[in-house]
Order: sequence, then C-alpha cells, then structure tokens
Amino acid sequence: MTESLAITKFSDLANPTFFLNLSGRVLPWLGCLTAALFAVGLYLSFTTDGDYQQGDTVRIMYVHVPAAWLSMMCYSVMALSAIGTLVWRHPLADVSHKAAAPLGAAFTLIALATGSLWGKPMWGTWWVWDARLTSVFVLFLMYLGLIALNRAMDDPSRAARVSAVLILVGFVNIPIIKFSVEWWNTLHQPASVVRLDGPTIDPEFLIPLLVMACAFTFLFFTLHLMAMRNEIWRRRVTAQRRMAARMASREA
Amino acid sequence: MMSLLLRDLRLSVRAGGGALIGVLFFMTVVAVIPFGVGPDLNLLSRIGPAIVWIGALLAALLGLDRLFQTERDDGSLDLILMQEHPLVLTVLVKCIAHWVANSLPLVIASPLLGLFMNMSEVAIGAVALTLLVGTPALTFIGAVGAAVAVTLPRGGLLVSILVLPLAVPVLIFGVSASYAAVQDPAPFMPPFLILLAITMFFAVLGPLGAALALRNASD
Repeated sequence: MTESLAITKFSDLANPTFFLNLSGRVLPWLGCLTAALFAVGLYLSFTTDGDYQQGDTVRIMYVHVPAAWLSMMCYSVMALSAIGTLVWRHPLADVSHKAAAPLGAAFTLIALATGSLWGKPMWGTWWVWDARLTSVFVLFLMYLGLIALNRAMDDPSRAARVSAVLILVGFVNIPIIKFSVEWWNTLHQPASVVRLDGPTIDPEFLIPLLVMACAFTFLFFTLHLMAMRNEIWRRRVTAQRRMAARMASREA
Repeated sequence: MMSLLLRDLRLSVRAGGGALIGVLFFMTVVAVIPFGVGPDLNLLSRIGPAIVWIGALLAALLGLDRLFQTERDDGSLDLILMQEHPLVLTVLVKCIAHWVANSLPLVIASPLLGLFMNMSEVAIGAVALTLLVGTPALTFIGAVGAAVAVTLPRGGLLVSILVLPLAVPVLIFGVSASYAAVQDPAPFMPPFLILLAITMFFAVLGPLGAALALRNASD
C-alpha cells in the first residue's frame, strides 16, 4: 500500500501547478541553506593552512573537486529523468533533463577552467592530455551536443523524448569512454602519468572540501528547481501566445 | 529483410546515392594531411595509422544522416515503422546495408592510402583489419544519432557533433591496435579484442537506441 501511495504522490507532481506551488515553497529554504553552506565552506577554505608544497593554490581544489563531482552527478540526474521520460512519460522529467543540461555544462566548464588554472602553476602547463581531463572534456562536449539537439527542435515533448534516448545511450557509454581513455593514456605515455590525487588528503583539507561539496550540491538543486520553474513558465507563455494568435486569426 | 538489404544497397550504389562520395572524401582528407604536416616520410609513416583512422571516422560520419533521411523524405519510414517485423531488426539490417555501401569501400581503399603514408606492410594490414572490425561500431553508434536527428531539416552537422564523442573509444582502440601491430613491446590482441567487443556491444545498443528514437521522433 505504501508503495502505491508513493506512486500517487509522485504522479501528483505531474500537475505543473502543484509542482510550482511546492517548489515555490521549498526554494527559499533551499536557497538559504545553500548560502549558509557556501558562507561556512568559503570561510573554512580561506582560513585553513595552505599545503606546504602547493601553497595557496591548493584552495582551488575547494571549487574544482566539487564542480567535477557535480558534473557527473548532473548527468546521472539527467539519466534518471530520461528514464522517467521514456518509461512513465512523466511531464516533469522532460522539463528536468532539459533544465539540467546547461547546468551540467556549466559545472563541467567550471571544473575544466579551475583545473586549468590549477594546472598552470603545478604542472607548468594549462592542459595535459591526461585520462581524467580528457574524459571530462568529452563529457563537456556531450553536454553541448545535447543542448544543441534540444535547441534544434521546436516541439518540446518530442525533443525531450529524443534527447532522452541520447542521454541514456551516452550514460551507458560514459564508463566505456572513461576506461578507453585511461587505456589510451597509459599506452602512450606511461612514464609521465600525472597524479591528480596529490598527497593523501588530510582532515585539514577534507572538512572544507566536504562542506563545499554539500554547498555545490545544494546549489545545483536550487538552480535546477529554478530552471525547471522557468521552463514550465516558458512553455505556458508559448502556449498562451499560440492560443492568442489562434483567437486573433479566428476573429479576423 | 533480405529484400530490404538489397534495396538499400541498390539505392546507395545508384546515382545520387552518395556511397562513393565517402571514399572520395576519405582520400581527399588523407591527401590533404601531408600539406599540413609536411612531406617528411618518416613522420608520415609514424602518424600514418592515426591519420587513416581519423579520415575513415570522418568519412563514415559524412554519410550517416542519409541513413533514415531518404526514407523519411519519401514516406517509407512510416511503412517501416508500421510493419510486423521488430523495428530493431529492421534498423540492424539498414545499418548493415549502410555499412556495406559506405564503410566497406573505406576499408578497401585504406591499403592504398597506407602506401601514400609510407606505412610498412604489417601496419597497412593492421589498419585495414582494425577498420574492418571497427567501422561497424561507428555505423551502429551513428544510427542512434541519425535516428535522433531524422526530423531535423539540416541534421547532418548535428549528427556528427552528437556521435563523435561517443565514437572516441572506437578510435582509441582501433589506433592503438594498429600501432601495437607495428611496435614490438605492445601486444596486438588485447586492444583488437576490445575493439571487437565494442563493435558487438554497439551492434546491440545502437539499433535498440535508434529504434526507440525513431518511434519517438516519428509521430
């Protein structure tokens, strides 16, 4: 019985107005929580000691690592939404994965850019064709491709279903890409494999890192909810405009 | 199924089918590379397998948007969707026909281009063999992209953008297997077998995804 109750609750969400009300109530709290976590996390990351080798540049890690985690979590959220689109035809799932794609691209870009800034003083170069960097870059390209596909179609529900297929195919592919890129790197330059993990993490660094990771996660969910609300409203505006145009042509 | 295969083959070989354009494109791309990197034969023979593979990858992408586009234009896509055979099988057969018409000529042309690149006989054989095994995977991955973009009026470029990141593993293992055949310490079999595995994996996943996308894109 409880399961069916959960399912009805879940399908109640399919009503966009209900979702708008609920998310409108949740959103301020989520925003406040995010801001508080960021305040604590940023305070911690600027007051802890720098690494004895890397100096202050180690603080880049507090932005870089959470952004990289989020870039992967965002794709998982999109894959779950894609299943929701294809299996249950849940209308919110369409909106969800469409809204998540630009966010994922943004987090991936942050991870790449901060990684590059960190790499310049530490490795002496902006970019290395290291396995991890390359696979994140491929992920970034996939996000951009999905955004392009979504923008290319004018019918939102068809675009959602078609890009859901692509998201799922990509989701199955990501482990293969990751594995093959690691193989490629170790085959070609086994001596100079760059170790990204650096020193084993000390609690000194771990606590701010975890706080920042939580802050980034909540930031993602806040932005995601806001983007979903925007998307719903955008669709309503389009529908209203179409209706107005139809009325106008009928009167003429 | 057999008649569909023959029909697709015949359509692509006849005038306007564009099957041979791919080979021409392949040769042009490979022929242009020496102008970019210089005519040094040692360098060319070293990067030769990689260039032939990249050229084949680009040429295989070139014809992909035609996989379902012509069917959609003349309306036979709806017939294919409505028939009793499982759609996955139909898509698989169409992929095979597309591969025979578009990618098999690339495999056949690759030894000639290997000679241009001053590659050794072993390297030429290895590249041809890995292309033979690897290009079906490109077609199967590309089928998903082609099915996704079938309703778009100018989907060709978008298909390439969507498919290229997914094709990275095929390229990596194809090239590393060809290099492993030439360079001594690296064994040839592991990357080659993984390439084979990738092809078989996409032979299942590609038609499944493409069929799903076609069903959703058509209405």
